[in-house]
Amino acid sequence: MSHTIAEKILLNHTDKKDIRPGDFIWANVDFCLGNDITAPLAIEEFKRLGRKKVFDTDKIALIPDHFTPAKDMRAANAVVVLKEFAKEFKIKHYYEVGRVGIEHALLPELGLVGAGDLVIGADSHTCTYGALGAFASGMGSTDLGACFATGKVWLKVPESIKFVYNGKRNKWVGGKDLILHTIADIGVEGANYAVMEFCGEVIEKLPMDDRFPISNMAIEAGAKAGIIPPDEITFKYLKSTNWPRLKYAKNLFSDKDARYLKIKEYDCSKWEPAVACPHLPSNVKPVSALKKVRLDQVVIGSCTNGHIDDLRIAAKIIKGKYVHPGIRLIVIPATQKIYLQAIKEGLAEIFVKAGGVFSTPTCGPCLGGHMGILDKGEVALATTNRNFLGRMGHPESFVYLSNPAVAAASAIKGYISHPEEVK
Amino acid sequence: MRSLNMVIKGKVHKFGDNVNTDEIIAARYLNATDPEELGCYCMETLDKDFSKKVSKGDIIVAGKNFGCGSSREHAPLAIKGAGISCVIAQSFARIFYRNCLNIGLPILEIEQTDKINTSDLLEIDLASGKIRDLSANENYQASPFPEFMRSIIDVGGLINWLKKMV
Repeated sequence: MSHTIAEKILLNHTDKKDIRPGDFIWANVDFCLGNDITAPLAIEEFKRLGRKKVFDTDKIALIPDHFTPAKDMRAANAVVVLKEFAKEFKIKHYYEVGRVGIEHALLPELGLVGAGDLVIGADSHTCTYGALGAFASGMGSTDLGACFATGKVWLKVPESIKFVYNGKRNKWVGGKDLILHTIADIGVEGANYAVMEFCGEVIEKLPMDDRFPISNMAIEAGAKAGIIPPDEITFKYLKSTNWPRLKYAKNLFSDKDARYLKIKEYDCSKWEPAVACPHLPSNVKPVSALKKVRLDQVVIGSCTNGHIDDLRIAAKIIKGKYVHPGIRLIVIPATQKIYLQAIKEGLAEIFVKAGGVFSTPTCGPCLGGHMGILDKGEVALATTNRNFLGRMGHPESFVYLSNPAVAAASAIKGYISHPEEVK
Repeated sequence: MRSLNMVIKGKVHKFGDNVNTDEIIAARYLNATDPEELGCYCMETLDKDFSKKVSKGDIIVAGKNFGCGSSREHAPLAIKGAGISCVIAQSFARIFYRNCLNIGLPILEIEQTDKINTSDLLEIDLASGKIRDLSANENYQASPFPEFMRSIIDVGGLINWLKKMV
């Protein structure tokens, strides 16, 4: 029987001889995670089961990253709930501010998730680990609480849709642009209940930090997972995290005659940087089509684009220039490691000298939590993943989404700009 | 917790396509977990008086892709806490769909939500998926749940299902 990579990973996590899309499975989970918003509810549900132990103390991560450093007393209490649960049940992967980072950047960096894994997380952007060749899927707190107890999850085996990226990637076009163009094409429910599998010559040459945003935003098309089959670039990254199952990773691929629900092919040579306009990630326009959209705030960071390459490209554009007087530039590295690297390379200094702020890791403004909330009528350009109504603050504020180069150029110009406009 | 073996009667509150979980419950309220407290802010971004307009047992009817976005289980909890008894939509986003099964918020899918209007009185037989619009005198049939999902719904959610399994 031929299978897609997603089907192969799921089959490996059941006791069944074969599986087909539409089957229900009760699958073994390799790793699960929750954060300061979702884990408190998961802990309540776990406690309703009355178990004395979690399924595996090494395979659970509790990551207080959304409202930290605690934005208010209730946020502080949520962190305490995580910390005490970790202590009581001897959960290894709990990280305090100072060591914590945005979960979907931190777990890959720590080598806790990788190719061939089945990962579930009580956070919709759990699909990010698909960039490493994992079947990783976001779900709710009850699923996580049940997984704490059993190490298992119920899943309907999804169909897969293959996305093939051909041609040449233009200058200033990153992984973020590939996924925004894709969501624009298929819509915000274009991959609902399905796996998005990303491949083609453009993906094969894409560095890891440009792969994360692609898998990360699979959920914005409704996908259950967004997988990039592992290749030499993946293996190199996994090696750097001392990933123990490299041999298995090297044998993970979709069969040539695997069945897909659809196959979409794109010629990337025609694409320029993309901007998603309010209030849906599918409302995408090429940056040159936007006529001087005035901004109040630019955010560079998040699980989508808070990696070191994202900060490097932004710093390259900003170096020696000043942030437009009417703009707040907020730069947020995704993890402590990235934060330190940005300091070492002088990137932090570039942002601060330009008149921006350089924050410690947090999800913060992406979800309208803290560290940059918008007032009525304010407009932001962010490298984050969602521009829903009221996402970053006031119900009458506006969020545009772009890659870090466009965000950096726009912070200098004061309106949404192509990086070539900044000289 | 509700099982499928019941009849719901309530007034309709209508919404469009792609209602996302940020709109159902904004992140600024996510440091709470109590359904009733969350219910006070339910749908606030789209209609700031929503929670005041809802009478216990009312029904949300929406278009495509209801509940897209974040995985926050606070979204179906807020809907429950606001007093809504059931959500009917053309389609649901994946995570929201499974969260509803897992926490026992009844949801139904029908194609013809455009024909149902705000303030219509609906009668829903959850076991059969039959929906009667008493105001418009129309009948609809919701898609049935697969057997496995039904086994979770019937016991009122995932935690009860697990308790029975062990």
